[in-house]
Amino acid sequence: MLSELPPLLSLVIWFPILGGAAVLFVGDDNPGRAKALALTVAILTFLISIPLFTLFDPTTAKMQFQEFVPWIPALSVNYHLGVDGFSMPLILLTAFMNVLVVIAGWEVVQYRVAQYMAAFLIMEGLMIGVFAALDAILFYVFFEAMLIPMFLVIGIWGGPRRVYATLKFFLYTFLGSVFMLIALIYLYTQADSFEILDFHMLPLTLSEQVWIFFAFLLGFSVKVPMWPVHTWLPDAHVEAPTGGSVILAAITLKIGGYGFLRFALPITPDASATLDWLIITLSLIAVVYIGLVALIQQDMKKLIAYSSIAHMGFVTLGFFIAFSIYRHTGSLNGAAMGIEGGMVQMVSHGFISGALFLCVGVLYDRVHSRQIKDYGGVANTMPIFAAFMVLFAMANAGLPGTSGFVGEFLVILSSFKASFWIAFLASFTLILGAAYTLWLVKRVIFGEVGNHHVAELEDVGRREIIMLSLLAAAVLLLGLWPDPLTSTMHATVDNLLQHMTVTKL
Amino acid sequence: MQNVYLAIVLAPLFGAIVAGLFGRRIGRAGAHWVTILGVAISFLLSLIVLRHHVLEGAEPYNGSVYTWMVIEGIRMEVGFLVDNLTAIMIATVTFVSLMVHIYTIGYMHDDDGYQRFFSYIALFTFSMLMLVMANNFLQLFFGWEAVGLVSYLLIGFWFKRESAIFANLKAFLVNRVGDFGFLLGIAAVLMAFNSLDYKDVFAAAPLMAKMTVQILPGAEWSLMTVICILLFIGAMGKSAQVPLHVWLPDSMEGPTPISALIHAATMVTAGIFMVARMSPLFELSETALSFVLVIGSITALFMGFLGIVQNDIKRVVAYSTLSQLGYMTVALGVSAYSAAIFHLMTHAFFKALLFLGAGSVIIAMHHEQDIRKMGGLWKYMPITWFTFLLGTLALIGTPGFAGFYSKDSILEAVHYSHLAGSGFAYFAVMLGVFVTSFYSFRLYFVVFHGQERMDHHTQEHLHETPAVVTVPLILLAIPSVVIGAMTIEPMLFGDVFEGVIAVAPAHDVLEHVAGHFHGAMNFALHGVTGLPFVLVLAGFGSAFYLYMVKPELPGLIQRRFARLYDLMDRKYLFDEFYQSFFMRGGRNLGTALWKYADAGLIDGLMVNGAARLVGWVSSMVRHLQTGYLYTYAFAMIIGLLILLTWFVAR
Repeated sequence: MLSELPPLLSLVIWFPILGGAAVLFVGDDNPGRAKALALTVAILTFLISIPLFTLFDPTTAKMQFQEFVPWIPALSVNYHLGVDGFSMPLILLTAFMNVLVVIAGWEVVQYRVAQYMAAFLIMEGLMIGVFAALDAILFYVFFEAMLIPMFLVIGIWGGPRRVYATLKFFLYTFLGSVFMLIALIYLYTQADSFEILDFHMLPLTLSEQVWIFFAFLLGFSVKVPMWPVHTWLPDAHVEAPTGGSVILAAITLKIGGYGFLRFALPITPDASATLDWLIITLSLIAVVYIGLVALIQQDMKKLIAYSSIAHMGFVTLGFFIAFSIYRHTGSLNGAAMGIEGGMVQMVSHGFISGALFLCVGVLYDRVHSRQIKDYGGVANTMPIFAAFMVLFAMANAGLPGTSGFVGEFLVILSSFKASFWIAFLASFTLILGAAYTLWLVKRVIFGEVGNHHVAELEDVGRREIIMLSLLAAAVLLLGLWPDPLTSTMHATVDNLLQHMTVTKL
Repeated sequence: MQNVYLAIVLAPLFGAIVAGLFGRRIGRAGAHWVTILGVAISFLLSLIVLRHHVLEGAEPYNGSVYTWMVIEGIRMEVGFLVDNLTAIMIATVTFVSLMVHIYTIGYMHDDDGYQRFFSYIALFTFSMLMLVMANNFLQLFFGWEAVGLVSYLLIGFWFKRESAIFANLKAFLVNRVGDFGFLLGIAAVLMAFNSLDYKDVFAAAPLMAKMTVQILPGAEWSLMTVICILLFIGAMGKSAQVPLHVWLPDSMEGPTPISALIHAATMVTAGIFMVARMSPLFELSETALSFVLVIGSITALFMGFLGIVQNDIKRVVAYSTLSQLGYMTVALGVSAYSAAIFHLMTHAFFKALLFLGAGSVIIAMHHEQDIRKMGGLWKYMPITWFTFLLGTLALIGTPGFAGFYSKDSILEAVHYSHLAGSGFAYFAVMLGVFVTSFYSFRLYFVVFHGQERMDHHTQEHLHETPAVVTVPLILLAIPSVVIGAMTIEPMLFGDVFEGVIAVAPAHDVLEHVAGHFHGAMNFALHGVTGLPFVLVLAGFGSAFYLYMVKPELPGLIQRRFARLYDLMDRKYLFDEFYQSFFMRGGRNLGTALWKYADAGLIDGLMVNGAARLVGWVSSMVRHLQTGYLYTYAFAMIIGLLILLTWFVAR
């Protein structure tokens, strides 16, 4: 198609992986050089990913930057890559967040530095692979392989209960993905191809669709995570090192949301339409129930983890509200708002939750506690940090002007068209989100200096300011001007809506 | 003019950013100069806009600044609508803001957070201007939340104080309850009109008047009623109407300049402004108007009562603000939108004056706010005393003063209304006149006259505050006296709001009032003989008798009616109810869900049960396993490849 272009997608996938291998080769004995190399690789990867945005053609829903190499011809398994308006922003998000993770680990990680950096770089390539894969098997390989570095990150650099957390994480995700694999193999037997786009066109009976839908649901709901398969997340976050939490929250969760867009909705539209009430209910439970649970957390990381689940509720709500709108009003007016809202929420949540976990990391590096009660009055000793924290907290509470507002706003507008009561329950985020986030801020940031640890705190240094400023800029830019992001999605969303509404029976 | 409008909002924003980010580098003087200059530019340009639109009668400007997002063909934009309503609002906002900026130089003189404070108030000015200049609901909501944010930051400005950081969290959350309704209202507007632009919505509104929507099964409600009540819930939060009023008295934890600017003159009137802006919608629903009317009257009367029992100088003024906001809401309810905006404007001047006067007293008293420790201050601080007296006279509605014109117009308007609830409203606002006069003079006498009750040390150091404080007082006192007489005719009975505020002929109470209006002078003379002025005098007389003639009497009354006093002292138990029901209830519910559902059911039974099962199985096959998770994961991939090979081989 665009023969003069280098294979950009392969580059963004394999460059960080090979770069990670090179970092491993430099070894833990040369931490300085390993870090410098890791940072270079991360920045270059981000730079390579930028043309994906600038050269992206927003007028078409066709896959772009496609690459096609037969892999296992006998099974028609291919190395097939390509991006549309859903995957391209997530790839950029991944590349962006990885730069921050490398910066965040710069002085903090002392133990096996090269391996730490390499794990993140390799994971970055694999995650981008998940978003870029257009072949189901290729997708599955990336999807599973991506977990290995994450297990290592939590298992080696994690906290005291890391074994429990990793086991729980493993059990949940393994259980989910096994069923997904079965569904993919079944689809292969029907379509005689592992091309995801062929699956989109495949006619399926309702009962087939329902089975496949549940298989996908198991696979992706764990990742999102949706209630009631969410309990691995708080534990994983608590035990993970800062960088692990950032990637987990910013990227890994998005793979779940992406899975619904790429697989469940277009492949099983009739089952999705029949079972949309289930997803909507679970999403609202995430918003309200998990919001209440977040309120009473004593551990900062757990609080942000629960807040993540609540915010991801908007993603799944936005994706599945279309059917209800169609039933209720007879038109799809407002459905695109829900899907784009969900997508914006994913990107925005990547920035905000990443930022909040980095903020907790900044405090943890100094005081070595994540308990809220061990803080208080941090603003007295760390005024610059406090300003960042308040900004990100407000973004988390969905303040207009920050990215956190855009997605929730669109999803609420959209769900109102389906039902007053869905919008009503979803709007609880306005109160609950503000309550748990700002109460956290009150107890940690404001007040008199809480103890001698807080009194001795040093404000953020240049490295931390750079890292937090980049995120602050992203949060504000997306909040004040979301059009560049959403306009890349319009065609893709319209295409998805067509798939969703044309029955496959 | 477009660049002028843009400059009006950007000048304070520039000041805020410079003072906020480079506060340390530019120093204290740099911070106040850059923000004052920004707001001053903004004020001068607002005057040009005021002349251009109101005096020269220029056509309203409606234009976009940039496109925020286009979705499903709906353009969501940031843009300005500048008509006479906007022009009056921005002139008022920037004038009061400028006065407060100057005053702050004196008030915050010794504070460590000097630059931060200037940055916040300039940011507030920007947000408030964006709110009133919005030409669509999205930007309205932006401004709405942005002023809420700055209010949060400023109430908690002294973040070491537990009471301040409790109050700011409370303010934000209560406002969020209002926003909850407001956002749903906006969603309803989008659903009904498929646009968020005022122009489109107002044009299409009359066609929707008969539409209904089903919210509870079996009950068809008028769409307009639903939209208007939802929007008004937002106004109840921001403009502190019962039962969402609880945050405003606590907001007095912030420094006094912001109590004057945000929690009296401007931000809290955003709800009033919003409803007036939405008059083409509210006019289509009498149910919504009645709701507005009743909420307003309850606030006007019952919050006034609470002003009587407060002993903190700022809190008395705060309850007075609540009550006056109730008056404005009442005016909205009887479709006298222009009277509401008129009262909003006069109130902005005299209430800012009263707050800044209170602040001046607080400076002189070395940050003592308890009026029981004051008294006889008039001879130590003559400018503060005299301007405060002028503010008080304006507030209670002394004929000739600004507050008189606006308040009497509201009383008259309610009198002519036939809306459901207007009888109660008339009673409430009339009785409110007496209450207002009583608590205002109580405050005035206890602070400025009578026995000097401060300690010796404070008394020795009592003196008038510096010019940066008194000059704003004087500059605010002038409009507090004259602005009413000057503007009542064009604003209420002229065509200033022609085409801006819509009033259905059946609701047009101001037309009746206009029938009796023969010039501002005559209105004042007429007022001297009217019932409201009798009530004002009665309030004055009772306060004089109780606090000047027989100062031991209030204590006796308090003990005699201990239960009533207790109820009022505890603010009708709203706080306690919210605290135990919503705050503790929410936490308990959260704990229960976490402990029993998350940890108990899901983790305890399902996950760990499964884990134990796995553990048992793996103990059986331990010899095959290394125990490392990544080996499991590798095994999975290898297994997959074997599976594939098998497929191929077959």
